[in-house]
Amino acid sequence: MMTRIPILKLRDCLIVSIQWELDDQTALAFQEDLLNRLHTTAARGVVIDLTPIDFIDSFIAKVLGDVINMSGLMGAKVVITGIQPAVAITLIELGIRLENVVTALDLEKGLEKLERELEA
Amino acid sequence: MNLRSSVDIISEWDIVAARQLGRNEAKDIGFGTVDQARITTAISELARNIYLYAGKGNIEIKQITESKLKGLLVIASDSGPGIPDVRKVMEDGYTTSGGLGAGLPGVKRLMDDFKIETVVGEGTTISATKWLR
Repeated sequence: MMTRIPILKLRDCLIVSIQWELDDQTALAFQEDLLNRLHTTAARGVVIDLTPIDFIDSFIAKVLGDVINMSGLMGAKVVITGIQPAVAITLIELGIRLENVVTALDLEKGLEKLERELEA
Repeated sequence: MNLRSSVDIISEWDIVAARQLGRNEAKDIGFGTVDQARITTAISELARNIYLYAGKGNIEIKQITESKLKGLLVIASDSGPGIPDVRKVMEDGYTTSGGLGAGLPGVKRLMDDFKIETVVGEGTTISATKWLR
């Protein structure tokens, strides 16, 4: 019962809202889907919003980190938004550092940040 | 009072089932959102370790009471290969799976009490408790 995460295109950006707890297969399918959409749309930026997500384990963190690096290889910038306080606390306690990852508090600020990154 | 429930870990989907059970139990006895996230994450890591290293095993979740303190005890057990060098796996950054699955030191930090019993060739049992404050 794998579900696919919708990926929306807005001008030259892709927007993803992860609405439910990710299982391994959904996370890996998302990775592939996002890279394929980058390829077909030639989008230059991606915002991944995690507002409804209430925990991230090391596997999901690795998939997210990987997809950010993979998107970078394809010339796209990724901004992660909406990380909840509980998620930030547990990620650091678990020992996971998402280094060099651009983040913003919410989707709106994320899009602003992405636009600035793309202009720079 | 000794309420217990458990999930057999056989496939990736059981990792999801175990952490959902853990979150529900944590919510049920009154943990706040941060501790719920800590417990859920710790269970996810322990269940993934079972799946990756032992193939199959069990996650048991117990509500416990000790001198008026309520807590949630998570027991992850398997009959897998065991851990030859426990000191090494408790070092931050040590991995045999290329960064998949957990750092046990991370799980230890997320929980309050943490204990490993392991015998090479027989299996591993990890007990971790979070106390309700």
